[in-house]
Amino acid sequence: MKTETYPGNYTSLAQISQFIIQAAQDAGLNEHETYQVELAVDEACCNIIDHAYGGENRGDMQCSVEIGDGKLTVILKDRGNPFDPACVPKPVFNVSIEKLKKRGVGFYLMHKIMDELHYETSPESGNTLVMVKRK
Amino acid sequence: METSTTQYKRCDLVKASGRVDSSTAPQLEEALKSITDAGRFKIALDMGDVTFMSSKGWWVLIDTQKTCKRYKRGELVLVNVRNEIRSSLDLVGMGSYFKTFIDVTTAVGSF
Repeated sequence: MKTETYPGNYTSLAQISQFIIQAAQDAGLNEHETYQVELAVDEACCNIIDHAYGGENRGDMQCSVEIGDGKLTVILKDRGNPFDPACVPKPVFNVSIEKLKKRGVGFYLMHKIMDELHYETSPESGNTLVMVKRK
Repeated sequence: METSTTQYKRCDLVKASGRVDSSTAPQLEEALKSITDAGRFKIALDMGDVTFMSSKGWWVLIDTQKTCKRYKRGELVLVNVRNEIRSSLDLVGMGSYFKTFIDVTTAVGSF
C-alpha cells in the first residue's frame, strides 16, 4: 500500500490525480477505467474540502492506494465533519436545464463509476472512504 | 489550464486545454463570462486539448448554457470532447443539454 498526504485545497487535486493515474496504470486498468477512478477520487476530494472541512486549507487529506486481486482500492481519510450518505440528495434527470440541482451529482457519479464504495466515520480515526475499481 | 478566445462574425470560439477541476474551473468560467457579459451568446468551446473535467467544470458549462439560451439568444456548443468526459457527462444526464461537434469548422458553421 502506498500513502500520500495532501493539504485540503484545490491545488492538491492535480497532484492527487497524478498519484491515482500512476496507481491505476500499475493496477493494469485501461484508459477508460483509469479516467473513471481519477474522476471519482477528484469528486471525493472536492467533497472533503467543500463539505467535510467547509473550505480550503482547514485540514489534510490522506490518500492510500492498494493493488491486488485484479482491482485498485483507493482509501481517502480526513478529519472533517462526518456526513450521512443517506442525506445526500439524488440528482434529477430529464428536466429542463433551469431545474438542474448541484448537490449530489459528484456522489452519485462516484457510485456509478466505482465497483464498491464504503464510508465510515469515528471520533478516533475520522472519516474514511474506501473505493474499489476492478479491471 | 489555459483558454484562448477568437471572435468570429457568427460566434465566439473558445479553446481550452489541460485539466478543468475545482482549482481551474473559475478560469474557464471567467473566459466564458467575459463573452456573455459583452452581450454575445453564441459560443463554441473547443475541448480537444481538455484532458480532464470534474463536475465543477460541468456546472460552468451548464450555467453558461443557461445564460446563452435565455430568450433564445444563443447557445453553447462543444467541440472535440474526449470520450471519457462525454461518457461521464452522459452518466449524470448532462450530455443532453449540449450539441457536440467533431470539428471546429462545422461547429462555427452551425450558428
